[in-house]
Amino acid sequence: MNGFDEAWSYLPSYLGAHVLLSMSALLLGIAISLPLAVLASRVRSLGGALLGFAGVVQTIPSLALLALFYPLLLALSHFTSETFGFGFRALGFLPALLALTLYSMLPVLRNTVTALAGMDPAVKMAARGVGMTPWQSLILVELPLAAPVIMAGVRTAAVWVIGTATLATPVGQTSLGNYIFTGLQIENWVFVTFGVVAAAALALVVDRLLALAESGMVLRARGRVFAAAAGLVLVVGASLYPMFGSTGHRVVIGTKNFDEQYILGKVIADRLSTAGVSSTQRDDLGSNVIFRALAAGDVDVYVDYSGTIWTNAMRRSDSPGRKAVLSNIAQWTAKTYGIRDLGPLGFENAYALAMRRDRAAALHIHDLADLANHASELRIGGDFEIFSRPEWRALVRAYGLRFPVQRQYEPNLMYSALVSGDVDVITAFSSDGRIARYGLTLLADPKGALPPYDAILLVSPAHARDEGFLAALKPLIGAIDLKTMQQANLMVDRTDDKQTPQEAAHWLEGRIAR
Amino acid sequence: MIELYSISKAYDRSAALAVRDLSLRVADGEFLVLIGESGSGKTTTLNMLNRLIEPSAGRIAVDGEDVLALDAVSLRRRMGYVFQGGGLFPHMTVKENIAVTPKLLGWPRETAAARADELLDLVRLAPQDYRDRLPRELSGGQQQRVALARALAAKPKIMLMDEPFGALDPLIRDDLAEDYRQIHNTLGLTTIFVTHDMTEAMLLGDRIAVMKDGALVQIGTPNELLARPADDFVRALIETPRRRARRLAQILAVAP
Repeated sequence: MNGFDEAWSYLPSYLGAHVLLSMSALLLGIAISLPLAVLASRVRSLGGALLGFAGVVQTIPSLALLALFYPLLLALSHFTSETFGFGFRALGFLPALLALTLYSMLPVLRNTVTALAGMDPAVKMAARGVGMTPWQSLILVELPLAAPVIMAGVRTAAVWVIGTATLATPVGQTSLGNYIFTGLQIENWVFVTFGVVAAAALALVVDRLLALAESGMVLRARGRVFAAAAGLVLVVGASLYPMFGSTGHRVVIGTKNFDEQYILGKVIADRLSTAGVSSTQRDDLGSNVIFRALAAGDVDVYVDYSGTIWTNAMRRSDSPGRKAVLSNIAQWTAKTYGIRDLGPLGFENAYALAMRRDRAAALHIHDLADLANHASELRIGGDFEIFSRPEWRALVRAYGLRFPVQRQYEPNLMYSALVSGDVDVITAFSSDGRIARYGLTLLADPKGALPPYDAILLVSPAHARDEGFLAALKPLIGAIDLKTMQQANLMVDRTDDKQTPQEAAHWLEGRIAR
Repeated sequence: MIELYSISKAYDRSAALAVRDLSLRVADGEFLVLIGESGSGKTTTLNMLNRLIEPSAGRIAVDGEDVLALDAVSLRRRMGYVFQGGGLFPHMTVKENIAVTPKLLGWPRETAAARADELLDLVRLAPQDYRDRLPRELSGGQQQRVALARALAAKPKIMLMDEPFGALDPLIRDDLAEDYRQIHNTLGLTTIFVTHDMTEAMLLGDRIAVMKDGALVQIGTPNELLARPADDFVRALIETPRRRARRLAQILAVAP
């Protein structure tokens, strides 16, 4: 199966989720904006406040708006489950829906308020004169006359929402953005292009259909409006149709935003599927988000790394040794959240500073202590998380590292930046296949400032005692060594004979079975 | 019968009164013309009759009933109103425009449609040619005929008209004015008609009420105004059509 075929095979589920999300947000946005705009046209002071608020929302970067709703909903869900005994899923559909709804409101609000305010006073006077109540004037005269302008606002909102919905992937909502985010991570440009084209095509089709409806309203041609409505129903229906086949509860597998995580996610999915458990995958989640999502039951299983839990979730800064860290984590997660730690997979994926071999040799840098002497003249690149993680603070404290230039990259582009000389040092991952591929030098940590990073399999409280579920995953424990994982990662990373995560997962499963 | 007792209207507290202490009485079947310069309060007075504008002080009675105690919306449905420039709803067809008040009153669809055709005949527009057109597909004169039909649709006894033919070409205007006076007579309507054109006022009105700065200056038949103008303003106003008539007579006498 080549990249295009694989991308094509995901289309029904990605497109369906994308259409469901964006159309729900659009409808909800219209349902809120229209009455608000009508109210604003009657109460003048409200109009300014509303448009001001919607304008401010519009200036928030869309990704940030989406990201903000997760902690907000999580706190709310905590509150409702404590107070009323029920919580809800704070990850995925809900935060994405709310953020996109807010985002869709400005054009509809603005156009409706403008159209109603700019209505010819003679027409409104005539409506009163023939004996209409204010409500009848609104429904029979003002809204029909404003309809083309309102429709133009709906069109703008639709295009925005469909485009922005691609950013719902990092908050755990499947969308056409999964192609883009995953594709960017594994440098699969077929995936990225596929996602971009699919989202653009969807936006274009919806925009054309709404334009048809708009022109129908301007020309008072009912046929056009009906044709547009029928077209929209057809597009939405066809997109959602595949989703009705998959009923019942599905296990959610979480992944962070790099290759190894995608591959392991597929391996877990395959094992569960063999045991008769169907699953869906939530990709590209941040380290803190994914752990909290597991605790809250929004994610059922994922692979984390002991050092990440140790420093970020448990807020420990000591290093009592590999075994002690692992057993402490297992006890702590079980006691604090009811999370089941199934144990280590058998390899470590540590944070480690890496340099190009020639550069390290020229400067005689072998470990972090050497690096500290040269740090003032070097530039460092990191992923999105590292510089705000406790591990980085520990490194800075232990070695007195101070870099004049500090840049953040997508994990993939970070390696390219190092190889091309844009930065001199990066915060690499020790299991990454690219360390061998580019011949990078990993700098030793003589003071032991960084904790161990054993890959461990974590299961949500809901499945912590689900023996069938656990039995399906237990064969993975201790089954993957560092070399095997690096090789699997390299299959996805490399440019020649590039494989998809699914293909690498198949290969890895073959090695485990042996 | 329509009676106004000491009606006043102030748009805001500080400004001068738009209408000041105005009293008048309109008999059933009468055609009363309100005339004055712009800003004289004639349109404000007209609009207070069906409470498009609420009076600040005074009392209005229609057939002895206190208008201010009635529901304003149902009051408006009982009166016909023709707006300056027509005021047709641009998104509705001719038929829908005419049937709008009957529909608001809950008439059955067929009755309202039949009424629309009947009125198109009355205002001399062939129903089969015009009923499904939109207002923008009509000339100014045709739009005004439809506006007239719409005002008559719910069979009102009282018609309020605000410079209805003001924006039309003179020929069409005379034509329409004559047609309307006929309709007024045939249907036995009571009409209050606002204009600033004295010739039109004298040709149409049974009586003429002259307004200036929000107050009623004089009210009477055209002949009474001619014979005994109350002041110089009325005299000047009445002089215009007479002077034009004399000039016209001279020109026509000289012509071969």
